[in-house]
Amino acid sequence: MSSSKQKLVEKQKVVVVGNGMVGHHFVEQLAQLRASSEAIEITVLSAESRLAYDRVHLTEYFSGKTAEDLAMTDAETYQNWDVKFQTNTKVVDIDRTNKNIVTESGQVIDYDKLILATGSYPFVPPIPGGDVEHSLVYRTIDDLEAIQASANISKVGVVIGGGLLGLEAAKALKELDLETHVVEFAPQLMAVQVDTGGGRLLRTKIEELGVQVHTSKATNEIIAGENCRYKLCFSDGTELETDLILFSAGIRPYDNLAREFDLTIGERGGIVIDNQCKTSDENIYAIGECALWNNFIYGLVAPGYAMAKVAAKDIIGESAEFTGADMSTKLKLMGVEVGSIGDAHAKTEGALTYIYENQPESMYKKIVVSADKKKMLGAVLIGDNSEYDSLLQYMLNEIDLPESPEGLILPSSGDKPTLGVDALPDTASICSCHNVTKGDIIASIDAGATTVADVKSCTKAGSGCGGCAALVKSVADNEFEKRGVEVKKDICEHFAYSRREIYDIVSVEKIKTFDELLASHGKGHGCEICKPLAGSVLASVWNDYILKKPHLSLQDTNDTYLGNMQKDGTYSVVPRIAGGEITPDKLIVLGEVAKKYNLYTKITGGARVDLFGARVEQLPFIWKELVDAGFETGHAYGKSLRTVKSCVGSTWCRYGVKDSMGMAIELENRYKGLRAPHKIKFGVSGCTRECAEAQGKDIGIIATDNGWNLYVAGNGGMKPRHADLFATDLDDETLVKYVDRILMFYVQTGDRLQRTSTWMENLEGGLEYLQDVIIKDSLGINDVLEEQMNSIIGTYQCEWKTTLNDPEALKRFQPFVNSSKPDSNIIFVQERDQIRPATKDEKAEELSNVTKIAEEA
Amino acid sequence: MSEQSISAQDKNWLTICDASDLVKDSGICALIEQGTKEKQVAIFHLPNTEKQVYAVSNYDPIGEANVLYRGIVGSVGDDIVVASPLYKQHFCLTTGKCLQEDVNIDVFPARILDNQVQLFV
Repeated sequence: MSSSKQKLVEKQKVVVVGNGMVGHHFVEQLAQLRASSEAIEITVLSAESRLAYDRVHLTEYFSGKTAEDLAMTDAETYQNWDVKFQTNTKVVDIDRTNKNIVTESGQVIDYDKLILATGSYPFVPPIPGGDVEHSLVYRTIDDLEAIQASANISKVGVVIGGGLLGLEAAKALKELDLETHVVEFAPQLMAVQVDTGGGRLLRTKIEELGVQVHTSKATNEIIAGENCRYKLCFSDGTELETDLILFSAGIRPYDNLAREFDLTIGERGGIVIDNQCKTSDENIYAIGECALWNNFIYGLVAPGYAMAKVAAKDIIGESAEFTGADMSTKLKLMGVEVGSIGDAHAKTEGALTYIYENQPESMYKKIVVSADKKKMLGAVLIGDNSEYDSLLQYMLNEIDLPESPEGLILPSSGDKPTLGVDALPDTASICSCHNVTKGDIIASIDAGATTVADVKSCTKAGSGCGGCAALVKSVADNEFEKRGVEVKKDICEHFAYSRREIYDIVSVEKIKTFDELLASHGKGHGCEICKPLAGSVLASVWNDYILKKPHLSLQDTNDTYLGNMQKDGTYSVVPRIAGGEITPDKLIVLGEVAKKYNLYTKITGGARVDLFGARVEQLPFIWKELVDAGFETGHAYGKSLRTVKSCVGSTWCRYGVKDSMGMAIELENRYKGLRAPHKIKFGVSGCTRECAEAQGKDIGIIATDNGWNLYVAGNGGMKPRHADLFATDLDDETLVKYVDRILMFYVQTGDRLQRTSTWMENLEGGLEYLQDVIIKDSLGINDVLEEQMNSIIGTYQCEWKTTLNDPEALKRFQPFVNSSKPDSNIIFVQERDQIRPATKDEKAEELSNVTKIAEEA
Repeated sequence: MSEQSISAQDKNWLTICDASDLVKDSGICALIEQGTKEKQVAIFHLPNTEKQVYAVSNYDPIGEANVLYRGIVGSVGDDIVVASPLYKQHFCLTTGKCLQEDVNIDVFPARILDNQVQLFV
């Protein structure tokens, strides 16, 4: 005891034999865990000429990746970590008594702890005649180079072994343009991971890709061929000619060192280790594919990484245990998705299976569940891995299955049960390669990670096989989203309330101004977040003219100037064109006004006309002409109803079943001016052809033979969302009633800048809840909602009309309080026959010309 | 008028407008013409704060446009600020410092004297 303590004080020497993926992972773990390179000295010995590289993605070497691309580390990294290393160094002797090892060149290296990460080698069955020049294996980059060289002078290639690695190897031969065959002893491909039904489909798919599959074939001998270099003779009397033979018949642990120096070895090979990854010598550890734990050798990288971590922790004195690993796999073989989870063969007693097979689309899905149908035991997926992540989480975390588990693999019929990442416990393993749990991801976000990339670099999640990348992203995104909402709960430093709470405070306490609200519930002087929010809520609740004195300072510049500010400080002008319907006379007015004031003119996506480049002082003049011609403000600047997009409907269209245009105009006029948490867009289509794209709008309405179908919470833009079907075959009156209630409920409960789509996603109970509230009046608030909507509709005013009649408000549109000169920094140039803002360089040129002229004068 | 005597020769208190032209908790803009040079100054009126009147350059150095007087005013911690209406960065009205990026805007002494708004420029 005292001697080992003394050792800790001195420098502890750790020697790692083998620098494969697992050996490297151990080095990385220990380099991070150790207090300093003074305390623990790490030496790595590799028999290969290269330092660790990614063997999982080895085939990519043939699709263009270089050895450097596959490298997992390099000399510089190891130097930075203060790790000593030697390549091309084979260990030939271990002196366990004196604790040193001897290399092939005779070098003696002392160790306190020795790590054997020698990996495995491909098993080559002893077939008579098999030891020929073009008989190769598939394991290292050197092997790949040999395969490439051989392929250059070959036409036909055979892979012996139809397991996971064999199919990987077949992919490699295919990419080298060889006629490719796979020969398998068992009656099916991937017999370990896939059941018979899956194997059958897998074979079909692999054959479709031009690889010929021969199952139930045992190779008796290899002789010289007639058309090719060699001929394989099978036990059933058949033959196959080939130029190149690639063995992929499994792996065997590299345990010869341990064998020679009397460490305990399993019956069928493998260095026996305990839960701390220690061999029968307490100073020697074995990890990865050379190790035998619980009589099992793990041929996957994830369990190897787990062992590496356990050994590293054990060396620095932290407690850790290896307790087995999940062997589920997800991969894409020559474009064919294959997934295998847990008990794929339904060997558990009482296990029940559900199978879905779709031959036309080459899909096979099976789930294995417990006798009581409560837990997921395993699954096989061929042709479509989209459910892999959910199914795996059900199994790993023993999450209760939905009532009809078959729904998990049946084709989506709109209401497929999905396992939200929210339902996962914190202990859920997300990345099995690096053993990262959902809790680890949350912890990394707690510690300051703000992007998915941060989370990945911080936890290493997704950097092993990469199969969990999508899941890592959705867990992280979900967490960010949650926090986004949480952060938003306190709208800003001045108010410790959510938008909804502010709404309630304003309406219950009958607060009419921001100053009252700040004095009674806030602190400080407000800001650009709480002021417009309060302005919007005050407008929603009391529907006061927003430029009335007490509200004026609350508005964003867009609301203050009733236009959208552009990058150069000018504004755009968007009159309302309800439903996109406009008379030629009105269209001419728009053209004339645009021409008179030299405005850049564009048709918007919402079927109206946008006029750009209006200076503040021009706005009232422009709007005076527009209002006189019968136009109203289009509220393009407000968090309010924008457009109701419509098709022309049954009036003109041969296919229309209802007057969508009439409905669109009625709705746009009904809700114009309504202030909401964010902008609102509608779409109304006259038939199911859906030309108005209503299902991508906040409120979507589609005509049917029997009435209107109402959709809610769709969105285009940054995060598209398909709207939810809310109710079907409504008459006009009911439709409007429902829309009134839905909009008012959203206005009351939505968060600041929350579109209906995110509002819906965050609404507890979702669509069903909303249907209960609106259709069944489950909260008993529908009368109030309708009353509020009616009062808002009843007090509508065109903000531009009101402004034009208010001399006080018009004062705001003078650029300077003491001068009527225009802003000299607003400069336009011509492009495609219209104006556009000058760039910085163009402005500089313009100004220097002006100065020159002034100087010359 | 002691300030005038202390000041540099070419700077003066300049009367801009009536106090009634100010808009409570909001901004207006003044054009200062000195020779051939023009200067735009944003003047904010926050009657509930100690200084009440604040004047800074109207030019937003980040958005590169003369727009600051149209921003929303308020506070961040103890700083009285205006948020640029273009990209929402905060500029401190007493120091001119941008709270988000490493830029500054000019600050001008301002006062209300005999119901007149005056800038020292």
